[in-house]
Amino acid sequence: MSPDSLSLAVIATALAVGVAAAVVAWRVWRSRRDFGSEAERASYTILHAASQAGRSLRGGLDPDGAARAARHLRSMIGAPALALTDESRLLAWDGAGPAHAATAMALAAATLGHGRTRVASGDELDCAAAGCRERECPVRSAVVAPVRAGSRVIGTVIALSPAAGAGLVRATGELADWVATQAELAELDRSRTLLMEAEVRALRAQISPHFIYNSLNAIASYILTDPARARELVVEFADFTRYSFRRHGDFTTLAEELRSIDRYLLLERARFGERLQVSLRIAPEVLGTVIPFLSLQPLVENAVRHGLEAREGVGHIEITAEDTPNEAIVRIEDDGAGMDPERVREVLAGRAGGDHVGLRNVDARLRQVYGDDHGLVVETAPGEGTLIELRIPKSQPQHEVRPPLD
Amino acid sequence: MTPAIGVAALAAVAVATVLVGFYGLRISRTTGDFYVASRTVRPWWNASAIGGEYLSAASFLGVAGLIMVSGSSALWYPVGYTAGFLMLLLFVAAPLRRSGAYTIPDFAGARLGSLAARRTTSVLVVLIGWLYIVPQLQGAALAVRITTGLPGWAGSAAVVAVVVFAVMLGGMRSITFVQAFQFWLKLAAIGIPAVFLALHVVGQGAPSLADAAAAAAAGGGAADDGGGAGADDGGSGPVGGYRTLSIMVALLFGTLGLPHVLVRFYTNPDGRSARRTTVIVLCLLSVFYVFPTTLGVLGRLAAPGLASEGDAIAILLPEALVAGPLGTALSALVLAGAMAAFLSTSSGLLVSVAGVISQELFGGSVRGFRIATPLSALVPLAAAVAGGSQALAGSVGLVFAFTASTICPLLVLGIWWRGLTPTGAMAGMATGALACGGAVVASGLLGPPGEAAGALSVVAELCAQPALWTVPLAFAVMAAVSRASRTTLPRGADRFLVRLHSPEPRP
Repeated sequence: MSPDSLSLAVIATALAVGVAAAVVAWRVWRSRRDFGSEAERASYTILHAASQAGRSLRGGLDPDGAARAARHLRSMIGAPALALTDESRLLAWDGAGPAHAATAMALAAATLGHGRTRVASGDELDCAAAGCRERECPVRSAVVAPVRAGSRVIGTVIALSPAAGAGLVRATGELADWVATQAELAELDRSRTLLMEAEVRALRAQISPHFIYNSLNAIASYILTDPARARELVVEFADFTRYSFRRHGDFTTLAEELRSIDRYLLLERARFGERLQVSLRIAPEVLGTVIPFLSLQPLVENAVRHGLEAREGVGHIEITAEDTPNEAIVRIEDDGAGMDPERVREVLAGRAGGDHVGLRNVDARLRQVYGDDHGLVVETAPGEGTLIELRIPKSQPQHEVRPPLD
Repeated sequence: MTPAIGVAALAAVAVATVLVGFYGLRISRTTGDFYVASRTVRPWWNASAIGGEYLSAASFLGVAGLIMVSGSSALWYPVGYTAGFLMLLLFVAAPLRRSGAYTIPDFAGARLGSLAARRTTSVLVVLIGWLYIVPQLQGAALAVRITTGLPGWAGSAAVVAVVVFAVMLGGMRSITFVQAFQFWLKLAAIGIPAVFLALHVVGQGAPSLADAAAAAAAGGGAADDGGGAGADDGGSGPVGGYRTLSIMVALLFGTLGLPHVLVRFYTNPDGRSARRTTVIVLCLLSVFYVFPTTLGVLGRLAAPGLASEGDAIAILLPEALVAGPLGTALSALVLAGAMAAFLSTSSGLLVSVAGVISQELFGGSVRGFRIATPLSALVPLAAAVAGGSQALAGSVGLVFAFTASTICPLLVLGIWWRGLTPTGAMAGMATGALACGGAVVASGLLGPPGEAAGALSVVAELCAQPALWTVPLAFAVMAAVSRASRTTLPRGADRFLVRLHSPEPRP
């Protein structure tokens, strides 16, 4: 690079950065200017505080989130100080008179017990007793409102001010209800995560019982005629089941998965003989790609069953893995009976079950792990065979492959 | 060389590259060969591929040219180009493979947990890729101009066209295969002429090679008057010492951040084979660099008149020394190797750059990649055509300096120091980029260090080879800002570091 062209490049970059900065600045300025009346600004402020607080409470009532949320909550009701407690401890104290924080649980105790909003003042908030040295301490009275989840009180919101009026009492009650909603949402999130984990656990490792039955039958037929072959097949079967039934790690590499498919196909060939033709084209670059455990085997099994079982004659299955800059693209194609596209859509949407459960299963896992862009792509028509495509991101620093069991 | 032979040599390499790309791995396998297919890329193959991707125009033409022009002081370039892989071996290869992150931006994103840091890294990676492609295109322009007489831009445009065509049509499907092929092609294309010419020169009763090497090493002196395209005499005196040291820093640490080289390490199945690959790369490169060095020395001895041709001497030398069709054939071979160098390095870089752009702007889809490919090829093409031609080894050296001041601190601190924060990383990279970029621009304005007077001369010297101060500066800023922003330490950092450094169990 000559210094000329390099300086050209540097100047061009500087220009581009400058333009980008100008655009951002202009948009920020415009969004400020667009505020109209006082009321609009006020409602914006409240809603903004609510959304900020809501984000902090996403994890439920825990000290971390509560500490961040308390500031926004306090600005929503405009009290000089605000405290959040759960059933047993103080989570956050924001605003004036932090010395009073030690008495917060004492204030909350009654409400936690009977679940009603109450107003405290006088002795309960004595500055001398709490060790508060602030002059004109604004913490003279407190409104304690319960945060309910269902019928249970899971915490309190305490608003502190010089004099608690009816307005503050009602506002604090509403605020406590709002916090309760957020806590319930967090609970919902948690149970959704649990559900997903349970679903993944249920989804993984579904080796079809048909396959086990058919394989054992095929092996049995060799025991007398070709004992050596039968022995080989039993060993393969053992290896296959060990891989498929392993109980740890949700991810594996493409190479491992292909090895397991090899064993699977060996067993299927014991049954179908020359009728089953398989060819492979695998780019060696993607063999190390991390993929969800048992995400290909069900698709190959699907291809064998719908490509072969349903018809006479020889069936071809082609497995390819292609290396593109950001993704590994895996395709499984058979020239069998094909499926009705409408039906595939139903299956993938979870509305129809039947013998395509494997497809839906893999699709759901891929979507859950990599996002909705990475579901299965199925191209098929009755009598035209089926092509299934998976796109796996090559970069997955968040997923760790556990080493094989042995 | 007649234009026809030149064009034929260039075309042959281009066609061979595309063909190997298309058909290299399209051989279908039946299940009987399943285990063969499941075999991962062996370190030998991968090392060849890395060599193929890494040996650029600067290595192939530039090294011989620089040695011809400025003698033994230019030897630091091949040494540095090779030794950079030692740094890679020591600090980066295995942990990066274990990280599971595929590109440098991915690594930054995963390690720092920050979108802004990721984006900053992406911008830098794209910029580095572009800056690196430009010298390849300039090398192509040079080769085409002297061999076929066509205007220089034709060569740049031809390389861009072939590379974009191949990459867009998926011709880089079996990229490991293509790049490994290119390495051995390059090695043969420069090794055969070098050995042949050496024997030829010795046979003609010229001073023996040992004497020649000694003479060249002793002074760099007598023939130097004709040169002066950059490097100075033999590294004597404080200024020469500074410059040599600065070049070494740039080349040693610049290799750590080259996007197209790092991607290859992902092809290794685990950290251990990543290390083994690096060792093999070191050996392969050491062997390779013997030959351009030999050509440069032979040129100095036997055809000092060619020194004014600079980077072209590797192509012109065989014809000048050996009369008749044999000389022409050897020149054509070197030309073919040079073409392979332009093609392989630019295609690797283009895939990296387009990959990053499509990931950031188009969500990583294949369609996005197809859009990003021609876009990301046009920028360096424009720069190559607009900018003049410079000593190739020197300009690639500047790209290494830029990489060493930006990506290298991110990788080294990211892998080895748990205290790195997103703010610190971004501040360090920005400082390195601005300091190094600014120095290069300033150096362009000030002119060569020898011409300016007094204090200005020192500044010009500092700016001509900035790596020695920009790399420590970037490291220092990154570390200092990270300390200052300790509260924003990324959450999963400890876990991530454990993963980078815990050895895999033996298979």
